[in-house]
Amino acid sequence: MSIDVAIVGIGMHEFGRTEGVSGMDQGVIAVRRACADAGVGWEDMQFAFGGSMAAGAADTMVSLLGLTGLQFINVANGCATGGSALFSAYNTIRSGVFDLGLAVGFDKHERGAFRVNTKGAGLGDWYGASGLALTTQFFGMKINRYMHEHGITQDTLGKVAAKAFRNGSLNPMAWRRKPISEQEILDSPMLSYPLTQYMFCNPGEGGVALILCRADKAHLYTDKPVYLRAAVVRSRRFGSFEVLAPSIALEHNAGPTVDASKAAFEMAGIGPDEIDLAQLQDTEAGAEVMHMAENGFCEHGAQEWMIQAGDTEIGGRFPINTDGGCLANGEPIGASGLRQVYENVLQLRGDAGARQVPNDPQVAYTHVYGAPGISGVTILSR
Amino acid sequence: MPRVPVAEGVFTWPSDAPRLIGSRCTRCGNHMFPVQSGCPKCTGDSTETIELGRRGTLWTWTVQGFPPKAPPYAGDTDPKTFRAFGVGYVELPGEVKIEARLTEADPNKLRIGMEMELVIVPLCTDDDGNEVVTFAFAPVETGAQT
Repeated sequence: MSIDVAIVGIGMHEFGRTEGVSGMDQGVIAVRRACADAGVGWEDMQFAFGGSMAAGAADTMVSLLGLTGLQFINVANGCATGGSALFSAYNTIRSGVFDLGLAVGFDKHERGAFRVNTKGAGLGDWYGASGLALTTQFFGMKINRYMHEHGITQDTLGKVAAKAFRNGSLNPMAWRRKPISEQEILDSPMLSYPLTQYMFCNPGEGGVALILCRADKAHLYTDKPVYLRAAVVRSRRFGSFEVLAPSIALEHNAGPTVDASKAAFEMAGIGPDEIDLAQLQDTEAGAEVMHMAENGFCEHGAQEWMIQAGDTEIGGRFPINTDGGCLANGEPIGASGLRQVYENVLQLRGDAGARQVPNDPQVAYTHVYGAPGISGVTILSR
Repeated sequence: MPRVPVAEGVFTWPSDAPRLIGSRCTRCGNHMFPVQSGCPKCTGDSTETIELGRRGTLWTWTVQGFPPKAPPYAGDTDPKTFRAFGVGYVELPGEVKIEARLTEADPNKLRIGMEMELVIVPLCTDDDGNEVVTFAFAPVETGAQT
């Protein structure tokens, strides 16, 4: 029987743009805040997994936090970097190797759409030279096909984005804290049809740290432990439609999100109907819509009436992206997946303030997705 | 002006009827683009180089509405002169779906399922004064030229 795992400390550096503070420093600040939250010192940390995409090797932060000799392993796994750090920390405790440790992610990206390193992604120079190496194109093409097949309207995409900015306005750690009307979202410049400027998240900055421990020792650090019931990462199978693909197979596969979701529900021994709220990857408004179905929370196409009915609002039947998601927080790659977990811990503790989901939520779900076709899912419970 | 391909081995050039160059798995027959040595479908490690079909149907599409960053983009990135371009996946029957620029950028003239044909389009001028060309798909209805 493996050991149960609890999250006993959470720390975050504000997302957005912080001039004069490096991505690494934002990670360090997140770690210090997580230690303070758990009531532990850095010297108590037995191990760490951490990563960033563009802000340096995580293990070098020990020179700022303290040279204690702990096992610190860098994680680099694209958009699932944070999720992979958490997966690794989770299993390190489950297996009994260590009792208390850290998962940390941080980043600081240049402005504008991600500049893809085609060589690093295993793509020919001709691909980027020809104007195809943009992740934004994939999102436009995936939701365009999805709308064609399942009857999702552009109005619904506008509603998703408006909800994100409205939730972000209730989140002091968010980047975008001003509500934007649906009409303004729909009327903003068309970046990648059918997606407008305000339907896309921006690469940004931020850091998140989570302190995990054996569940039977959680009471030493907190009176509100949150238990990690599943942490899963999956890559793509043959036939799935993924970002940065010069070609895709004629055969269709549902993709890594469906695989990761199924595996996580199986690991936790619970079903989608038992989840009280979810943070789902919303690189753009359409992604949130598609990921509702891919994660098993509704049938394809049902999102149209669910969103129109307000089901995914904080006070709705199934709240999604209660902290404003990527749309309001931006996407510092290394930290993004951990931000979702941070938000769910707050929600399950009942500490989410103005954006607290009502009726005492018990079980919460996170899903991160990104290049080159990778998904990470966690399930947390009280 | 001499016309040179954006890269060797991506499409047949020079040619009056250019074709994309891909691979076929010698074990399971799976088609791939661009050329690669292993098969993602059956894990086989033996492929042969083939020329892919020139016509197919539009599977999905978008319009690139802002100038891509350079590098890696080799085309026009000046916001004043940049012109939006279509991007889509074209399904080549019995082969594979190809991601490509589209010659059409008007959402009202693009629809999933429409017939498309491979064409070669100008991309930029290199340091030696050559016109660099890449591949794209054009709607068949509008009289695609190669």
